[in-house]
Amino acid sequence: MNTHIKSILLAILSVFFLFGCGSEAKKDNTAEEAVPIFTPKKTEETDPMKNKGVGPVTEVTLGEINKDMALEGEKLFTELCTACHKPNEKYIGPAPKGVLDRRSPEWVMNMILNPTEMVQKDPVAKKLLMEFNGSPMANQNLKEDQARKILEYFRTL
Amino acid sequence: MNKRIPIISILVAIVGLVLYNCSSNQTPQGGALGGDDAASSVYVKPGDHDEFYGIVSGGFSGQLSVYGIPSGRLLKVIPVFSVDAEKAYGFNEETKPMLETSHGFIPWDDAHHPELSQTDGGPDGRWVFINGNNTPRVARIDLSTFETAEIIEIPNSGGNHSSPFTTENTEYVVAGTRFSVPFPQQDVPIESYKENFKGALTFIKVDPEHGHMEVAFQIYVPGFDYDLAHAGKGKSHGWMFFSTYNAEQSHTLKEVNASQFDKDFIAAVNWKKAEEYLAQGKFKEMPTEYVHNVYDEKTHSATSEKIKTVKVLHPDECPGLIYYLPTPKSPHGVDVDPTGEYIVGNGKLSADMSVHSFDKMIKAIENEAFEKEIDGIPVLKYEEVLAGIVKEGGLGPLHTEFDGKGNAYTTFFISSEVVKWKLGTWEVLDRVPCYYSVGHLMIPGGDSRKPWGKYMVAMNKITKDRYLPTGPEMNHSAQLYDISGDKMKLILDFPTIGEPHYAQGIHADLVKSKSKKIYKLDENEHPHAVKSEKETKVVRDGNVVRVYATTIRSHFAPDNIEGIKEGDKVYFHITNLEQDWDVPHGFSVLGANNSELLIMPGQTETLLWEPKKQGVYPFYCTDFCSALHQEMQGYIRVSGKDSNVPLKWSVGEQPVQ
Repeated sequence: MNTHIKSILLAILSVFFLFGCGSEAKKDNTAEEAVPIFTPKKTEETDPMKNKGVGPVTEVTLGEINKDMALEGEKLFTELCTACHKPNEKYIGPAPKGVLDRRSPEWVMNMILNPTEMVQKDPVAKKLLMEFNGSPMANQNLKEDQARKILEYFRTL
Repeated sequence: MNKRIPIISILVAIVGLVLYNCSSNQTPQGGALGGDDAASSVYVKPGDHDEFYGIVSGGFSGQLSVYGIPSGRLLKVIPVFSVDAEKAYGFNEETKPMLETSHGFIPWDDAHHPELSQTDGGPDGRWVFINGNNTPRVARIDLSTFETAEIIEIPNSGGNHSSPFTTENTEYVVAGTRFSVPFPQQDVPIESYKENFKGALTFIKVDPEHGHMEVAFQIYVPGFDYDLAHAGKGKSHGWMFFSTYNAEQSHTLKEVNASQFDKDFIAAVNWKKAEEYLAQGKFKEMPTEYVHNVYDEKTHSATSEKIKTVKVLHPDECPGLIYYLPTPKSPHGVDVDPTGEYIVGNGKLSADMSVHSFDKMIKAIENEAFEKEIDGIPVLKYEEVLAGIVKEGGLGPLHTEFDGKGNAYTTFFISSEVVKWKLGTWEVLDRVPCYYSVGHLMIPGGDSRKPWGKYMVAMNKITKDRYLPTGPEMNHSAQLYDISGDKMKLILDFPTIGEPHYAQGIHADLVKSKSKKIYKLDENEHPHAVKSEKETKVVRDGNVVRVYATTIRSHFAPDNIEGIKEGDKVYFHITNLEQDWDVPHGFSVLGANNSELLIMPGQTETLLWEPKKQGVYPFYCTDFCSALHQEMQGYIRVSGKDSNVPLKWSVGEQPVQ
């Protein structure tokens, strides 16, 4: 019985020490857990050509290359993208040459239009972010039709 | 058992101690903030937004601050009349013209009263105006960018204090002189005050589309001190009211000599009549000199223009233009209630407050119930215009705001309190103390036809023990009161910047949807902008070197520059190529004698650097921009005056690995 009372009091005490004052509680709680071993979830190996990425673009049909569109795309690319991308060689970011052999057109457009969410959620974009030293892809606030023109330009590279 | 009792007591004591520690950390210690409900009523959850913008004067800091109400969170400090090294305001080449005056470049002023632009008598969230008191000016801040867009100097004025109060569709903002001066300025004995010193009541026309300001006319009035103003509204729209003190026209030891008369005046100006006289050509075009500075959002640059004349109306030649309403004792604030009927004179040396009636004023004018005339200005009989007296509200009434429910709230400086009273019956309903010595107060929309009568902010002149002490100088305190019920309830206490002379409040919905996120790069018309890295270059013309550079996360282009010589004037024209919200880049270079640049997305700014010694100097991004911000850096090489190091610039010459 006596031991029982003692242990109840001890328990109360430990609760107070552990959870103490409001905000401190969470910290202590975390500290209490076993040292976490960081085991990243294995990313699913999917066919990158079937990965459409995360963003507004769900379906792109590619016909013959539209030269006017590609020209407009080149202009936009030069103005808004060349600070980080050279068409044919690796720079701050990867080169767009041949990108459609590696990625789906939807993925490319979503990466242009929605880079912040892409590097958080898309497994390929996440990997690229690390490969390029954590240098984030800038959101240049392009409209969907502008991204489409840039895609057309990529097809000519 | 005996052994156990002490153990149990010790344990209980420890638990008690732990509990005590917790509670003493979590509840406010003493003070006027009592219950928990006060805390929850100002609590804005992390990530949530405040209901109101509070736009608070920075007083002698020369700036304007923006607070969230009710949380009291400081959202932004907007540089207006003082240079700000943080934002390069007054330091970069683009904003230097904003601080030009007829006295040259002035890096400081004493900012006083923010006033929101209005449409149909209510704040519309387009612009906020504020006056510079020392070197008379009025500024306009654009509420889509929260940046100073325009500053106009006021000629023939000294101490621009009764300013920049607006009419109900922002037809005009006004600027009445607090210190009368020779009009026009001239070298005369100070003793000749009564003869040579005159007041100027200035009406600044505001372009309804762009907000651009223009001095439309000035009224030449006796050399009193024109202290504050407010426009008529509703039925009194078309009139502007200015309070005056020093009707004695004293020029020395004013604290005694300007307090001799029982009554000074509220000047009532019929500005629609003024427009008629202007149209009839009844003005005198007087030579003068003042400056008008405009910031262009497309070129990201300000220009400064000198103006040489001003139109002046003389009351003795323009009957019906202006009347004086006698008002006891050196009135400070003049405040017009939301219906436009009551004109409250806050007679600061009196315990009582006189409230005038607009209807009675019009009748007195019709009946020519004049007591006398001063320089062609009829003085109306006090009893004929008086609506009522608020008896013994407190000591030292300064300013009054309204809640739109028939109540008025007046600050009393000497008795350090806000008093709530009823319009029409003049009865005092409630009073709350302020900590300490309250000056202005603000109810969002509380000086307009459309108050949001939910909160009231009292802005104090003295702080003393309200916060942790910070040496002799402390930020001024402000207190937030809930005024939604019958009784005013103190719910928050927060420090302000400089001296909070007046403030304005507006429901956030009227502003936040219009707030700009970026400047569009393709709309950038800065003469030295470069829109892509391809266009970046360095150009020499004599000893002037212009660096046309760009920024994007996370590098400058160019980031290696050579061929600069001692004695060169190097202009870094830097365009931020980012087009994403809240991605500014900073820039500065070792030895810069001015400040950093803080360049918003799509914007171009220019830093002048005059290197004095040979060497190689780093420059870098001063605003943490990305995981590779530390790497956002470059070098510029400075050679001797006669060196033949060629001009050279590059970025990424080493191939990317």
